[in-house]
Amino acid sequence: MSFQPYVPPEQLIKDRSDYARKGIARGKSVVAVEYAEGILFLAENPSTTLHKVSEIYDRVAFAGVGKYSEFEDLRIAGIRLADLRGYSYGREDVTAKTLANAYSQALSTIFTQQMKPYEVEILVAQVGEDDGGNSLFHILFDGSVADEEGFVAMGGRSEDLSDRLKDSYRPGASLTDALRGAVDAVSAVEERNFEPQGLEVAVLDRTRSRRKFRRLGADEVGDIVGGGGN
Amino acid sequence: MTPRPDGFPGPAYPLGANPSFTDLVRSVGSDPSDVSSGPQPGPAQGGVPGGVAAGVSHGLSAGVPHGLPGGVPHGTTVLALKFAEGVVMAGDRRATEGYSIADERIEKVFPADDHSAVAIAGAAGQATEIVKLFQTEIEHYEKVEGDRLSLEGKANRLAQMVRGNLPMAMQGLVVVPLFAGWDMGREEGRIFRYDVTGGRWEEAVFHATGSGGIHARGTLKKRWKPGLDRQAAIRTAVEALYDAAQEDVATGGPDLFRGVYPSVKVVDRDGFHTVSEDDVRGAFEGIVEDLLANQPPVGASGAREAEEAGP
Repeated sequence: MSFQPYVPPEQLIKDRSDYARKGIARGKSVVAVEYAEGILFLAENPSTTLHKVSEIYDRVAFAGVGKYSEFEDLRIAGIRLADLRGYSYGREDVTAKTLANAYSQALSTIFTQQMKPYEVEILVAQVGEDDGGNSLFHILFDGSVADEEGFVAMGGRSEDLSDRLKDSYRPGASLTDALRGAVDAVSAVEERNFEPQGLEVAVLDRTRSRRKFRRLGADEVGDIVGGGGN
Repeated sequence: MTPRPDGFPGPAYPLGANPSFTDLVRSVGSDPSDVSSGPQPGPAQGGVPGGVAAGVSHGLSAGVPHGLPGGVPHGTTVLALKFAEGVVMAGDRRATEGYSIADERIEKVFPADDHSAVAIAGAAGQATEIVKLFQTEIEHYEKVEGDRLSLEGKANRLAQMVRGNLPMAMQGLVVVPLFAGWDMGREEGRIFRYDVTGGRWEEAVFHATGSGGIHARGTLKKRWKPGLDRQAAIRTAVEALYDAAQEDVATGGPDLFRGVYPSVKVVDRDGFHTVSEDDVRGAFEGIVEDLLANQPPVGASGAREAEEAGP
């Protein structure tokens, strides 16, 4: 039998956490901001086909940072869970809370039992019927969940981004103001200006009919951010 | 296929995520419309619509093909026709149960997604379940893949679902849908019809199915012209359904007194639209007006001619 050195559990958890944090810190950031009609998502993402933000169900969206293959895996698992729930029960029975719990369980299991933890942070957001009804669940690589309000920043520079957003966030802002604020925050933290083509923008818009999720194209983003100057 | 390690539903695939919702439902063991394994009391999750006792279905049927046990007169008429900017799809509102009318306001034409519609003929429970599964299937694919399924892809998927229902069809729960939509690639409306074995054929201009389908097709054949505009196409659809309702007991006609009119949907470049009840009523009133103007009603005995005092 091979010799296994004793590693205290504290050390094991710390090593795994450090490993996951390093992986996440290398990636680009995603921010989500509540605005008057829903929730806005902004990701720094030059690809127009590989998304960081996507639709899960009618009112629920998903955003992930870190290792693409890992959050993509979680995204698809979430869509499967949501579609099965909605099909078996009712469409309104699919909630961000259900998904956040499932993700939390899955990530926690992976963190402790798999060879290596997932290097991801994810956000599960649900737009409510009215202004106060939104939910934002921020889930970390070890399965810990935070129920956030107003805005969330994830990824490499999340702390700096959160500080910026804390200053610029206004409850009940228009989409234009919310998007400008988010773009300004990301630009300031990354210390460069972003072309609309380099940004992935999507909203959960409660004024839409059944499927609240919508992507904003580069043209639309350009018009909103560029229009009327700053 | 190894099960996923993290407790989420669905098998982990060796390469790529399977975007099929139907396969997912089957893999977790609660396949409602499945169909290939026949009716079975599955675990509660999906609910098994196969629970409708075979043979007493609440039907909107396509006319049970010869050789299949069916016994009960089902009935329905659903149709689709192309026009200049897309496709019109329409259906009557009657569901029958044996010799009684089960429902006079049932809906038989559904959006499959933003740019396609599916109309059902057959055992109502089974058919609506297939529609629900089909809608989820398309949306599931779109979300997993991040791309829309082509119209061709949707039509094929529906064919596989109808084929999966064959064992139920053999027990009398026949489902024969009609599928139409806007093809984004070809920039045109397209219509697909099916048979009970899952056979799929594309129709060039129009098709009608269900027990009154044969009569509706007669009207469509006479009235359809290339380049029909939207309004004319809606009127043609309503007229075909009206004619079918006169010939077929299982097809419901417009009911002015109770305000029941056929359901008419349009799919064009901009997507799926429901034609308002006022517009359908308007089309129907136009048809009746023209009928009165051109050919006063003639009773079988001729006795009504005196009352009607035609021109």
